[in-house]
Amino acid sequence: MLKIENLHARVEGKEILKGLSLTVNAGEVHAIMGPNGAGKSTLGNVLSGRDGYEVTAGTVIYNGVDLLALAPEERAAAGVFLAFQYPVEIPGVNNTYFLRAALNAQRKSRGEKELDSMQFLKLVREKLKVMQISDELLHRAVNEGFSGGEKKRNEIFQMAVLEPQLAILDETDSGLDIDALKHVADGVNALRSPDRAFLMITHYQRLLDYVVPDVVHVLAGGRIVETGDKSLALKLEAHGYAGLAERQPARASA
Amino acid sequence: MSEPALLPLVASLVDAPLPVSGIAWLDAMRRDNREVFVAGGLPLARVEAWKYTALRGLARRPFVDGDAAALTRAVDPSALALPGVDGARLVFVNGAFRADLSALDALPAGLTLQPLSQALHADPDPLRFVLSRRHYEADEAFTQINAAHARDGAVLRVADGVRIDAPLHLVFLGAPAEGDLAWHLRNVIELGEGAALTLVEHHLASGEQAHLSTVVGDIELREGAHLHHTVLQQAASGTSLIRRTGLRLHARAHATLHLAELGGALVRHDLRAELIGDGAQLETRGVFMPHGRQHVDTQLAIRHQALNTASNSTWRGVASDRARGVFRGAIVVAPGADGSDASLSNKNLLLSGSAEIDTKPELEIYADEVKAAHGATVGQLDERSLFYLRSRGIPLAEARALLTAAFCRTVLDDLPNAVLREHLSSLLIAQLPG
Repeated sequence: MLKIENLHARVEGKEILKGLSLTVNAGEVHAIMGPNGAGKSTLGNVLSGRDGYEVTAGTVIYNGVDLLALAPEERAAAGVFLAFQYPVEIPGVNNTYFLRAALNAQRKSRGEKELDSMQFLKLVREKLKVMQISDELLHRAVNEGFSGGEKKRNEIFQMAVLEPQLAILDETDSGLDIDALKHVADGVNALRSPDRAFLMITHYQRLLDYVVPDVVHVLAGGRIVETGDKSLALKLEAHGYAGLAERQPARASA
Repeated sequence: MSEPALLPLVASLVDAPLPVSGIAWLDAMRRDNREVFVAGGLPLARVEAWKYTALRGLARRPFVDGDAAALTRAVDPSALALPGVDGARLVFVNGAFRADLSALDALPAGLTLQPLSQALHADPDPLRFVLSRRHYEADEAFTQINAAHARDGAVLRVADGVRIDAPLHLVFLGAPAEGDLAWHLRNVIELGEGAALTLVEHHLASGEQAHLSTVVGDIELREGAHLHHTVLQQAASGTSLIRRTGLRLHARAHATLHLAELGGALVRHDLRAELIGDGAQLETRGVFMPHGRQHVDTQLAIRHQALNTASNSTWRGVASDRARGVFRGAIVVAPGADGSDASLSNKNLLLSGSAEIDTKPELEIYADEVKAAHGATVGQLDERSLFYLRSRGIPLAEARALLTAAFCRTVLDDLPNAVLREHLSSLLIAQLPG
C-alpha cells in the first residue's frame, strides 16, 4: 500500500529525513518509535503534505501513485489520514458541519454520491457509539475549548467517519491519561481491518500495550535504524534510545 | 480674479433649492447649515477623519436633488421583506416616504412611527431641540448637507415603560432613475424610560444606480431603555452612502448594535455613542466586507461619560479584489467615568494582494478604576487551520471560504433573533469570493 524509498526531507533548510525507507502493506499496523528530534513528526507531515517540508530526494508510492505529487486534500480523498499531534482549534466552524464538508468533499472527488444531512447523521451516530463519544462534542466548534484528551478522541472520531485506507497517528498518545489512552486505543482497534493500514508514530511504548503492532521500526537520525516485531518496542522501553548509536553506528550517524 | 469653479458635487448641492417648511426655526436651521457647508466645503484629505476616504471621485460628479418620481417608482414589496422581521414597517424610496409600501396599521399602544414630513406637519415642537443643531466641524460637511436638505426620515418613539416585541423595520431603498440622484434622510429615534425595542434598519437597492444619499440619525435611550438595533447595508454597487448615527444612553440604558456593511461603492458610517448615564451599556458588533472596488469606512467613537458604564465592540473586516476597508475605533473614558469597562477588537482579513484595510484603534482614559482592552490586526487566514481542513479532504478554495465565513460570523453570535441571524449569516457567506 505504501512504499517509501530513500526519503530525504528538509525543514527550514535543515535536513531532517536522511534516506528513510519503509513498506507498509494493507492490514498491517506499523509503529514508528524514536527519540525526540529523530524526524518522526516530519515523516507524518511530509506524508500528509504540509507546507514547509521540502522533499529533496526519494519517492513515496501509495497505491501505485506518487503521493508527493498530490495536494493535501487529494491525499485525503485518496484515503490518507493524519491524526494530528496538536489538533487545531477552529472557532466558528461547527464540528458536524466540518466533518460533513470533509466527507462529502472526499466522496465528490472520488466520484461517489454526497451524503445528505440525514444520511450523514445516521453515519455519525453509528460512529459515536463505536467511539464512545458524547454527541455534545458535535455541537461545538472544531476542537474549540476541547481538553487534550477530547482533541485526540475527536481525531480518532474523524478517522472513523472518514474511513481512510492509511491512517497516520502522530503521537496520538502524548498528553493522555490512562483512561483517555484506552479510549483512543479502543477506537483504533475498532478500525483495524484487512484493507486498512496504520502508521503509529510514538515516543513511548505505552500505546503499543493497547494497540499491538505487527511491525516496530526505530527511527533515529532521519532514517529507520532497526525493524522488528512488538518485542523491539519492549526492548526499547527497557534500554531507552541511548544504545541506538552503538547498535547502528554506520547508519545512525549523520 | 475669477473664483475657482465649484466642484460639480458642491455646485449641484448649492444650486438645489432648500426645502421650505414654513416652520421658522427649521428653515433657519437649514439656511445656517447650508452657509456653513458653502463656507467650509467638502472635507478633503487634510481633515484627519477623512484621511483614508478620498472624496475626489465623488466630488467630480453632479447629482440631481431628490427624485420627482419617487412616489411612482415600481417596487416589488416582497423584495423588502426580511426573514424574522415582522413588525411595523416604514419605507423610503429614493428619499421619499412610500405609504403604499409601508405597514403602519394598528401600531401597538405607546409606539409612534411616522415619516418626519408628517411629524413636522402635525406638531414640529417635539422635534425642535434635536433638529435645531448646527454642525460647525470640518469633518461634518455631510451632516451639514443633510441638515440643510433632508426632507424626510423616520420618527420613532416608544413611550415610557412600553416594550415592543415585533421587530420594527426601517427600509431605505434606492431605485434606478433617469440620472444620478442625491437625497438626504433624517431619522429621530427615542426610547422612553424602561422602554424596549428591536429595530432593523435596511439599506438596499432595487437595481443598479449610482446615487448619493446621506442618512443622519439620532437615537436617544432614556433611563433603563433597551434597544436591539440591526443594520443591514446592501446598497447598489454604484451607490455612495454616507451615514452618521448618534447614540445617547442615559442611566442603565442598554443598546446592542449589529451592523453588516455589504453594499455600496463609497460607504461611510460615523457611529458616535455617548454613555451619559451611570451604568449605561453598549455592545457594537460589525462586519464590513468590501469587494470589487468598494470603499467602506466605519468611524466608531464611543465616549464613556458616567460611572460604571460599559462598552464592548467586536468588528471584523474582510477585503477582497481591489477593495478598501477603513475602521477607526476611538474610545474615550472621560473624567468622572470611574469604574468603566471598555473593550474593542477589530480583526481584518485581506483576501487579495490588492485589497487594503486601514484600522486605527484609539483609546483615551481620563478616569480611575477603568478596565480597557483594545486590539486591531490585519492578516491572512491561519495556515495551520487551512492545512487542517485540507488534510481532511476539503479543497483549498472551500477551506478558505469556510474559515472566512467563520471569521465574519462571530459578530452575529449574540444576535438574539435566530431567523434573522441565519439570514444575515447566509448573506455574509454569499458575499465571499467564490
